[in-house]
Amino acid sequence: MSMKDEQKQHVQKALQENLRYDGRKKDQFRAVTIEYNISKSAEGSARVKIGDTEVIAGVKMSVETPYPDTPDEGSLMVNAELLPLSSPRFEPGPPSAEGIEVARVVDRGIREAGAIDVKKLCIARAEKVWIVTIDICTINDAGNLIDASSLAAIAALKQATFPKYENNEIDYQTRTDTKLPMRKWPLAITVFKIGNQLFVDPLREEEDVMEARLTVSTTEDGKICALQKGGSTPLTPDEIDQMIVLAQKFGDEQRSKL
Amino acid sequence: MTYKTRVDGRAFDETRPITAKVGVIKNAEGSAMFKIGQTTAYAAVYGPRELHPKFLQNPNTGLLRCNYNMMPFSGHGERVRPGQNRRAKEISMVTENALAPALDLKDYPNTVVDVFIELPQTDAGTRCAGICAASLALADAGFEMKDLVSSVAVGRVDERILADLNYDEEAYQCEKGVADIPVAMFPNTGEITLLQMDGDLSRQELQEALKLAKKVCQKIYEVQKQALKEKFLGESE
Repeated sequence: MSMKDEQKQHVQKALQENLRYDGRKKDQFRAVTIEYNISKSAEGSARVKIGDTEVIAGVKMSVETPYPDTPDEGSLMVNAELLPLSSPRFEPGPPSAEGIEVARVVDRGIREAGAIDVKKLCIARAEKVWIVTIDICTINDAGNLIDASSLAAIAALKQATFPKYENNEIDYQTRTDTKLPMRKWPLAITVFKIGNQLFVDPLREEEDVMEARLTVSTTEDGKICALQKGGSTPLTPDEIDQMIVLAQKFGDEQRSKL
Repeated sequence: MTYKTRVDGRAFDETRPITAKVGVIKNAEGSAMFKIGQTTAYAAVYGPRELHPKFLQNPNTGLLRCNYNMMPFSGHGERVRPGQNRRAKEISMVTENALAPALDLKDYPNTVVDVFIELPQTDAGTRCAGICAASLALADAGFEMKDLVSSVAVGRVDERILADLNYDEEAYQCEKGVADIPVAMFPNTGEITLLQMDGDLSRQELQEALKLAKKVCQKIYEVQKQALKEKFLGESE
């Protein structure tokens, strides 16, 4: 039996007794903390810690020409850097598939919930709109990067204020008091599956041996705005339903910390 | 017109407030955070680990490899595109050269020691902050070191030689102009492991600036030592 199989068996056996490597139950998160305005260079920023996992997110804003099909809407871009500083698994260079998935899953949750009122980002129709860019950087990867990234991104958006814009120029050194036009607070929660056990907020060791996962982005009004299944093991509709219930519950719990 | 008082009111030989902390990234063999004013640097050390591609391996010694990176939102103005640009590549290289003389990696043939430096917010002096953090991270990882490496930018604004320029000073408009001189050294011997300069400068001014750099690096060294003590003595208490 390979090391990985052994590790998986070990994790699975513990899960059957509702026990985790660090003594938690299956439906229990590690301690979550949010710290705002951790980078004065960004228009908004936040540091999120979930146990030993730490990510920071920063918002930058710029003014550009809108897309031709949405002349009166600003836009959103999400990027994630799985920094080699944060884990021996990550290497320098262009984003890996894993990093791209983190960014895209976080992006979809925010975009599809209509979290930002993009029409209010319009300065001059078909000419000038605000572009909001969120960069997520990992500091320490101890599992569950997607949930941590999603929370950090939303927290950074919450704190962000527009820089001064005058005579077609942005003065990044002068910030206004105007916050981003936020309408919803979507958060992604990922539920993992090994055998017939479902659990949240994995440690890296647990995530390494998971069979399937489902990331569910929910909003405060009980709606689902994005889904992403990961892993190569199928899920039954019943499991999916249980996962959604868990995601909604923890989504609400994390939202109350914002 | 002379530069009479500094834009942020500091004395000419005074640095911005410094905080340093060791052991901030659990996954790393060693790590540190070094903050000077609004410039914050994280450093993490991984290794010694096998070096790939194999042809780069040296059977006589391990290799130090540094990677300096500004986070996309950490720039003074607009977003910085992610990925290594020419500037980051050069800084990574001079950082390597600044730290390598403190280490002896002969006991780790064919391996690499990776140092990753990341900046979440910047206000000038980033390579120096990165070197201070990296040197702490290497000490935290338990490498035998000849000395810590302490680093600061000194310079001349108009006719004044001063320590730790911030962005406003680097960009200061004045008759004589500005010279910016990042320096790294072994604080105990005064040997210099990084020296760069841009601007214009006389030989005398350089001598004066290096004297100031030595004085300031010794102060930074005290802060670095204190950070290491806080981790290692704090733990044993």
